[in-house]
Amino acid sequence: MRRTVFPHKFLPWLLLAPQLLVTLIFFYWPAGQAFRQSMLKEDPFGLSSTFVGLANFRRVLSDPGYLNALQVTVVFSLLVAFIPMAIALFLAVQAEKITRGKGLYRTLMIWPYAVATAIAGMLWLFMFNPSFGTLAWPLKQLGINWNPLLNPNHAMILVVAAATWKQISYNFLFFVAGLQAIPHSLLEAAAIDGASRRHAFWTIVFPLLAPTTFFLLVVNTVYALFDTFGIIHAVTGGGPGKATETLVYKVYNDGFVNLNMGDSAAQSVILMLIVIALTAVQFRYIERRVHYG
Amino acid sequence: MARILLNDLRKTYDGQEVIHGITMDIADGEFVVIVGPSGCGKSTLLRMVAGLEGISSGTIEIGGKVVNALEPRDRNIAMVFQNYALYPHMSVRENMIYGLKIAKMPRAEIEERLMRAAKMLELEPYLDRKPRALSGGQRQRVAMGRALVRDPAAFLLDEPLSNLDAKLRLQMRLQIKEMHLRTGQTTLYVTHDQVEAMTLADRLIVMNAGIADQIGTPLEVYERPATEFVAGFIGSPAMNILTVTVSEGAAILPGNRRLPLPGLPGAGEFRLGMRPEDLRVAESTEGAIPVELRSVERLGADAFGYGLIEGTDVPMTVRLPGNSAAKRGDRLGVLPEDGRLHLFSVATGKRV
Repeated sequence: MRRTVFPHKFLPWLLLAPQLLVTLIFFYWPAGQAFRQSMLKEDPFGLSSTFVGLANFRRVLSDPGYLNALQVTVVFSLLVAFIPMAIALFLAVQAEKITRGKGLYRTLMIWPYAVATAIAGMLWLFMFNPSFGTLAWPLKQLGINWNPLLNPNHAMILVVAAATWKQISYNFLFFVAGLQAIPHSLLEAAAIDGASRRHAFWTIVFPLLAPTTFFLLVVNTVYALFDTFGIIHAVTGGGPGKATETLVYKVYNDGFVNLNMGDSAAQSVILMLIVIALTAVQFRYIERRVHYG
Repeated sequence: MARILLNDLRKTYDGQEVIHGITMDIADGEFVVIVGPSGCGKSTLLRMVAGLEGISSGTIEIGGKVVNALEPRDRNIAMVFQNYALYPHMSVRENMIYGLKIAKMPRAEIEERLMRAAKMLELEPYLDRKPRALSGGQRQRVAMGRALVRDPAAFLLDEPLSNLDAKLRLQMRLQIKEMHLRTGQTTLYVTHDQVEAMTLADRLIVMNAGIADQIGTPLEVYERPATEFVAGFIGSPAMNILTVTVSEGAAILPGNRRLPLPGLPGAGEFRLGMRPEDLRVAESTEGAIPVELRSVERLGADAFGYGLIEGTDVPMTVRLPGNSAAKRGDRLGVLPEDGRLHLFSVATGKRV
């Protein structure tokens, strides 16, 4: 790595200042506040607060509602981390094969990424609304009693589908780039070595895409845990019952709807620890198996 | 082991023909080098044999079977790529046995073939390394090994040495020759390097803009180039080729000098070719080609004088003895050795 020597000690700090400032104001300060608040108990009117130590954590962790949210989050995150990757990889491989209008296909594939999360949620909500949804009707005709407003599984499918749909674009973009970085001669060598297309894909292309796949796994996990809030809020509001209430949604619900600041803060601290642990595990154990070209 | 027949092979890209009908009978065990400048279609021809490029018309037969419609994997060939195309995530061992594993060969035989090839190519210490931990020459050997273990009907090599430095290139050239002698495999080898072409080939195909200008042994090609292009391409330094007018047993050179050359066919304009090594320095410039030297390159055993025919801007290269005292500014009279002249038609470039 090249080291640059600045003439003054002051200059590097000045250059870093904008980024540091943003991080301090929008990450460290609120994170600190969350830590502080997670150990406080506020009175119902928000006028005074008392230090309660780890009592909030104890209560949260023994709350069946919280454990339910944890379970919902695990299911939801796993689905939203892996399904977009699988679909995007499939589409990227197919798009590679196109000879005419490759650019057009790619552009169209990337568009959904430009749709705001909440809007994406509304789109899916309208399409699959049991009473007037365009696509809910054919499902009914097929004999499926489709009702995401009442059936917890249907609700989960709907939010997963909406979250997946939006994330496919991003995954697709990276897979297309990843595929292009694989030298064509490797596939020719494999073809001469006797490999079928399918065999060459699994033994050569897929392993060589590992850096991309790993990167997307990390990004998708964070997306599923945090960025899907808008979709859940727009589509199900965490319902029916608590069937689609993820950890982030519960933080919001307890804190800003039920105004239980202590519990909410404790939950967000736990969530932060979960994400830190998850990322550490990903980098420590999965990244090791990744081959960087 | 196989004979390869190419029959009026053509390739068209977007309505434009780039390979214009190549016909050749490659004997079992023959080492054939396809040589030509970049863009002449030599790699395309090889890739058509490999099955990596479609065939627009004509047929390819390998070992008595027309393979036009066969996938590369069904043609029983092995190929070495210019950039080696090693699988970067696999060790040398995995790279070399990739094809054998696909062929579901018994483990013991895979191991035996691997070790035999590794020994021949001196790759034994590197079997567990990844390609990125190898030098260029080692990677090249792994690519060769991967082709070797498969024991194919034919070897195809696409400029395998062009990414190596001069010393390694020589070493690998000898190793390839050695390998061919030992295995006796039919080999097709593409290169733009005429030294590789001349030293390796049993026979050469000299390609020029999608046409096989000449097919023959290296010596034939050198001694009797079929076209002006071949004459200029094979041989180093390149052959001197000038436009002359032939009349009454003499050639009128540029600068209006008469050079008596008995036995010239016909009369009119021709392209006259003389190799630098076929020229000797005459006692005087009278009755010879007068050359004014611009520079002299000394290689030890030989020296090459580069100059212009006096009073013109037509370049001439002459081989001189290594201890020649000739220097820039000297005037030399040079004469071609008897029977070492090449005459080509101005219109078609074909040998006359």
